[in-house]
Amino acid sequence: MNNSVTNTARLLGAGLRALLVLTLVTGVVYPLVVTGIAQGLFPGRANGSEVKADGRVVGSSLIGQQGYGSEYFQPRPANGLGANSLNTHYRLILSGATNLAGDSEKLVQSVDEAKAKIVKDNSVPGYTVRPSDVPADAVTSSGSGLDPDISPQYADLQVHRVAARNGLSVTRVEKLVDDHTTGRTLGFIGEPRVNVLELNIALKDLTADK
Amino acid sequence: MSPVLAGVLQLLALIGALALVHIPLGTYMARVYSSKKHLRVEKWIYKAIGADPDAEMTWPAYLRGVLAFSVVGVLFLYLLQRLQGILPGSMGFSSVNPAQSFNTAVSFVTNTNWQSYYGEQTMGHVVQTAGLAVQNFVSASVGIAVAVALVRGFARSRTGELGNFWSDLVRGTLRILVPIAAVAAVILVACGAIQNFSGIHEVGQFMGGSQQWNGGAVASQEAIKELGTNGGGYFNANSAHPFENPTPLTNILEIFLILVIPFSLTRTFGVMVGSVKQGYAILATMFTIWLAFVSLMMWTEFAHHGPAFQAAGGAMEGKEVRFGVGGSSIFAVSTTLTSTGAVDSFHSSFTGLGGGITLLGMMLGEIAPGGVGSGLYGMLIMAVIAVFLAGLMVGRTPEYLGKKIGAREMKLAAAYILITPALALVFTAASMALPTPPHSMLNSGAHGFSEVLYAFTSASNNNGSAFAGLNANTDWFNTMTGLAMLLGRFLPMVFVLALAGSLAGQRPVPVSAGTLRTEKPLFTGLLVGAILIITGLTYFPALALGPLAEGLA
Repeated sequence: MNNSVTNTARLLGAGLRALLVLTLVTGVVYPLVVTGIAQGLFPGRANGSEVKADGRVVGSSLIGQQGYGSEYFQPRPANGLGANSLNTHYRLILSGATNLAGDSEKLVQSVDEAKAKIVKDNSVPGYTVRPSDVPADAVTSSGSGLDPDISPQYADLQVHRVAARNGLSVTRVEKLVDDHTTGRTLGFIGEPRVNVLELNIALKDLTADK
Repeated sequence: MSPVLAGVLQLLALIGALALVHIPLGTYMARVYSSKKHLRVEKWIYKAIGADPDAEMTWPAYLRGVLAFSVVGVLFLYLLQRLQGILPGSMGFSSVNPAQSFNTAVSFVTNTNWQSYYGEQTMGHVVQTAGLAVQNFVSASVGIAVAVALVRGFARSRTGELGNFWSDLVRGTLRILVPIAAVAAVILVACGAIQNFSGIHEVGQFMGGSQQWNGGAVASQEAIKELGTNGGGYFNANSAHPFENPTPLTNILEIFLILVIPFSLTRTFGVMVGSVKQGYAILATMFTIWLAFVSLMMWTEFAHHGPAFQAAGGAMEGKEVRFGVGGSSIFAVSTTLTSTGAVDSFHSSFTGLGGGITLLGMMLGEIAPGGVGSGLYGMLIMAVIAVFLAGLMVGRTPEYLGKKIGAREMKLAAAYILITPALALVFTAASMALPTPPHSMLNSGAHGFSEVLYAFTSASNNNGSAFAGLNANTDWFNTMTGLAMLLGRFLPMVFVLALAGSLAGQRPVPVSAGTLRTEKPLFTGLLVGAILIITGLTYFPALALGPLAEGLA
């Protein structure tokens, strides 16, 4: 009996020492080395791909923002986004999805409402948006709630409104969207997309120059 | 180019990359676990542990090593979370409550990485980097070690010896996981994943005001999260978060990392048992199931049945624009057919059948290709069962790789395939029968049931993904999923190691005219059939109440 207790204690001791040594290797040395390389080679990206406009940081090109004024391009809905309930001395964004199922009445309703609003907001004199023109990404929330992108179709649909609100020509705004459309990587990886923050920064520059 | 074609081309590129890498990596891993030489740094580590790396272990000794290391791992990670409030470098985050600390500690040590917490508001730098990320490495290494012990059981004869656990643990970590993860982490940063130790980051917003983000060693953790088929996200949104998975290219890279070791281990197996053809038969079985699942998933997600998706014109709820439906479908299948559970899109918002495919992937026991190590040993157990079924048909004592599959071997294999479904179904039934647990469901009806079934299937199979609408941060779910994860990880390991010991002690049976040729396509077909039938019979009633009811409604 005594013997087996000693043996167990010895074994757990070996386990603990193994854990501590491997923590040193994989939990201290490894992340520090990777951080060193990352900060040396790609400091901008390693620190969050911040974007500046007018000399001021206005966000990260990778993190979608909400609350753009109606003269700007609008992002995807983000109904799954939350605010932190723990450690409330910070104001953190909680990334996340709605997790609603395809047969959820709540989801059907939010899709229908989003679609109706997009049709109404983006129909300007001389240009009427049909409900069938609205792409799926415009009326659904992303997985992270932080999707920085919209589809080129959703950007195109907003061109007439944005042009009208900013007193710009439609062709000028169309060109702006084209310039900020990223195609598939190597022609087949991922989907074509438009980064909303970068597009709106360029739009703001354009209206300032006018 | 249509999104469907682009999705198919991404799939083909991924298959091409895996085909290129699995032979050299598999052969290299076989060498890692067979070599007599120790690196200098490894010798230091063995000295620190106080273990002789050349001492051969019988199966009970090997198991004791696995259990001792894992018990210590759970306690350490539990304490780290409980003490977070007073640990420096934790950004002032408070300690995690006991039930959630227990759940998380078990979750990461068992390679499950089920998360009942929101990473960005709960875990500071120290817990993430020195606690969670460490278990991402070592739980993966433990999994591979157990698989290698089983392979040695097949390869060796007339000995009870299965190798040395400490040596397998250290070599797997140092020679396989760390180097690949380091390269992958740097690529992830180059594409935009963050890697820093700054505190909470306050930055301005376009329309004025500011937002706050966490800094952190995200890329280094992301790399091993996928490579070790762990799946626990730094952030709540997991691999959908742009700081974890910034571009379409990193998405494909992450899927590649999830699959590369499980598929390559079939080569390791082939080399170690002295017949690479036997490895190909196992590989073909895994690949067939994986490809069929990916194809089905793409079909149902592009077809987007379901009232909300019909109204929206596509199944984009819970999916990111940059990955699209194609990239999200490949990821979802790869993460649930392995024990990963990372998500780049949210399975609860997949079509009814798509959600069912992710569930079924886990129910197969995560063997196609499965988690690192656990996939291979799970598949070899199924191979033993398939051989037994074939033996029954011809009335002959079955044998596999020159070893007799007798009563003891079959009892162990049967216990292995029964334990996980028993855990998943009993815990699900208990949760539905009790008055309070169903309050955690977000959706109602069939989908609500699927949320609970998914949670316990995921926990028992050590997957870690979720139909995340379920509020799992209750005492019931924290405790019960914790138990399901513990039992679902270590009981199967007991049976696997006992089987390995029993096989290693046998003398080899010479191949004769009556031997089933397990390296032939016929056997692959038999194996695929056995897997589907056994899983189908076990889970069909539960599936009918959940995803089938929803998908066919």
